[in-house]
Amino acid sequence: AAMSRKGRKLLVDSLTRSAKHFTKSEVECLIKLFDTLVAKASSQFAGAGFDRTVFRDTLYNAFGMTDNVVLDRVFGIFDKDNTGCITVEEWVEGLAVLLRGTLEEKMKYCFTIYDLNGDGYISKEEMFQMLKHSLLIQPADEEPDEGVKDLVEIALKKMASTYFFVLFLLQDYDHDGKLSFTDFEKAVRDENLLLEAFGPCLPDIK
Amino acid sequence: IFSKASISLEDSESSSETDEDEQPVRRQEGSTDLSAEYWGIQKLAKYVKGGDPTATLIALCSMRDFNLSEETCQLAIKDTGCLEVLINLLDTEEIKCQTGSLKILKEISQNILIRHAIADLGGLEIMVKILDSPDTNLKCLAAETIANVARFKRARKIVRKHGGIKKLVELLQSISVASSYQAKDTETVRCAALALWSCSKSTKNKKAIRKAGGIPLLARWLKCSHANILIPMVGTLQECASEPSYRLAIRTEGMIENLVKNLSSEHEELQMHCASAIFKCAEDEEIRDLVRKHEGLQPLSALLDKSENKQLLAAVTGAIWKCAISRENVLKFQEYKTIETLVTLLTDQPEEVLINVIGALGECCQEEENRGTIRRSGGIAPMVTLLTATNPALLVNVNKAVGGCAMEPENMAIIDSLDGVRLLWSLLKNPNPDVQASAAWALCPCVENAKNSGEMVRSFVGGLELIVNLLKSKDKEVLTSVCAAIANIAKDQENLAVMTDHGVVPLLSKLANTNNNKLRRHLAEAIAHCCMWGSNRVAFGEAKAVAPLARYLKSKDPLVHRATAQALYQLSEDPNNCVIMHENGVVKLLLAMVGSTDDTLQEAAAGCIANIRRLALATEKAKYG
Repeated sequence: AAMSRKGRKLLVDSLTRSAKHFTKSEVECLIKLFDTLVAKASSQFAGAGFDRTVFRDTLYNAFGMTDNVVLDRVFGIFDKDNTGCITVEEWVEGLAVLLRGTLEEKMKYCFTIYDLNGDGYISKEEMFQMLKHSLLIQPADEEPDEGVKDLVEIALKKMASTYFFVLFLLQDYDHDGKLSFTDFEKAVRDENLLLEAFGPCLPDIK
Repeated sequence: IFSKASISLEDSESSSETDEDEQPVRRQEGSTDLSAEYWGIQKLAKYVKGGDPTATLIALCSMRDFNLSEETCQLAIKDTGCLEVLINLLDTEEIKCQTGSLKILKEISQNILIRHAIADLGGLEIMVKILDSPDTNLKCLAAETIANVARFKRARKIVRKHGGIKKLVELLQSISVASSYQAKDTETVRCAALALWSCSKSTKNKKAIRKAGGIPLLARWLKCSHANILIPMVGTLQECASEPSYRLAIRTEGMIENLVKNLSSEHEELQMHCASAIFKCAEDEEIRDLVRKHEGLQPLSALLDKSENKQLLAAVTGAIWKCAISRENVLKFQEYKTIETLVTLLTDQPEEVLINVIGALGECCQEEENRGTIRRSGGIAPMVTLLTATNPALLVNVNKAVGGCAMEPENMAIIDSLDGVRLLWSLLKNPNPDVQASAAWALCPCVENAKNSGEMVRSFVGGLELIVNLLKSKDKEVLTSVCAAIANIAKDQENLAVMTDHGVVPLLSKLANTNNNKLRRHLAEAIAHCCMWGSNRVAFGEAKAVAPLARYLKSKDPLVHRATAQALYQLSEDPNNCVIMHENGVVKLLLAMVGSTDDTLQEAAAGCIANIRRLALATEKAKYG
């Protein structure tokens, strides 16, 4: 629905406040972009927003993000009310974190992406899922998945506080080590490079 | 890391820090058992080599959990081939991977073997390229790692050849000094300065820094107040201060003011580098004056109390030494009772401190008052003890100081009672010509001021033969100083007779053909005094010493004139010499000097001319009856 000028101004003001990281003129640009995208999209949502496909294309064109699994999860984060449609508010607020998020905001964002089942923990299985294509060269004498499992153990060891404790009690690796948000946060604060530890999900600086 | 102070001024590579230019030899490992670290690192290396950037990063971050400052880990990284992988990562465009790799390289490059390996594998060139990266953090890491690796000559050359010096200097411009001190902004400058400091140890790099416009930037940053930036800046300056072009800039860009100001910093390392910089550039008289004008002498003197920090003490005493070359500075030091404090530092100090302390005292001795101060503070005895040292640089300074003190008869008595003159005389046998020369110079006032000087000299067995034989030396300074000493010794008739027996006349005559004014002066004095025995006058004439002496009168140096006139006067007592002098146009030259204000010169000139005229007259009379 077309907005009146006053309505528009109110929107800009409220979004500038809620998104926190953009200036008013930047918000206006983003809203204009949003309108363009909506116009291009199907009229599925009666102009209130655009869908997953448009979202994926936009993020690919703007930021070079190609991993569909990741893009789906990003969509899920943006789409806070789970309507399958990104509204203008969701658009601006989502981009605020993506482009200008503080370390705290980005950590929460990345963690949510990696926590595939949303249970508040990144489990070994989830890590395995995300890292299973990360080994480009497999040594010939190893089972294909061994390398990835090993890598998962390495990551857990680096980042989980509960890891060592459990290892001392049990001799085998079959315990259920997992990463809480506290673990993740501590690890990333210690070493910023681990923010996207399980795969790129933020736009590249370049 | 860069904790050793730079003391020796003669090194062409400037720093006295042991340079690691030979390929370092690996310490033999005890057992062939590879450590746990080795296997751990090898496992991680697998993921770095075979993983995508995500896996690589996980592995790199895990690698940092090993104690990378331990040699076993460092060498494990090298031996597993991980080092090559780390360097290859630097060559990618993946900023996160480059960052992860550099974080490790920065740590392990503290190890000398790793440094050499990094250079061998071409890592330095890549790091220099990374200095252009848009990522600030990456630039800082690259610069800091370069700072570590460039601790040997070949590495420093590589940095220069790949344009690294220029880039590092440019990084110093990244923010202005006055702008807000956001930690991130100044970090770039700090890291670049650290790298430049390392690189500046090579002479060619000092030039490169200057050509890249580094000096005004150093001057600019010297005004900031962050110790962690100031330290590498002053460190670099102090390295480069051995170059005259830097000293010129130090004078003209007002850097002395900042150096003096930072002498009062609370960071001892910063104080040390400032003192060291002053030490190096106080070779220039103008800088010595500037130090005084900016009230730098007092803080220097006060720093002598920090005697536990030996590196600081060495730098401070060095600065005081060189500043004391200027008389006005010595007078100031007297006000601050610096001399008394220096005397307390004559014992129980490491050699690098002693050299400077004694150097300073030697300069201070030029002022009469201080010779007494040193005695009253009990300084003579420790000084004489130092005459038994073996370090040539130390000995040279000790000789000068002892000589300076010996100008005071009361001091001389103490020196003599402690056997100081004999020790000095033995130093004439030292293989180092600088030590020989300084010993001979010191002997001059000793011989002049000692009681029963003649007897004392005779008591040194073989002493006169020794000193006469030094006239065969090839070193100009040795010759000059020995001539001066002989001039003094020859005042005693008996000793002159002995020296004559040892052939002093032909040896002196052989030296006559010289253009060196300092040598000419002392040689002429020696000849003048040696004339006063037996037939030495005739012998000098026969040894063909007269004609060259005549030429000395053409020099522009008044001290040469005076000494030559005295020698010629003595020589002119022999008629044959008069003939030679006449033939060489001596009369005309001496006539010009008869009107001199220098009494000694005047008398000698007049006396010589009179002798020549008398002979001419007698010859005339003989001819014409």
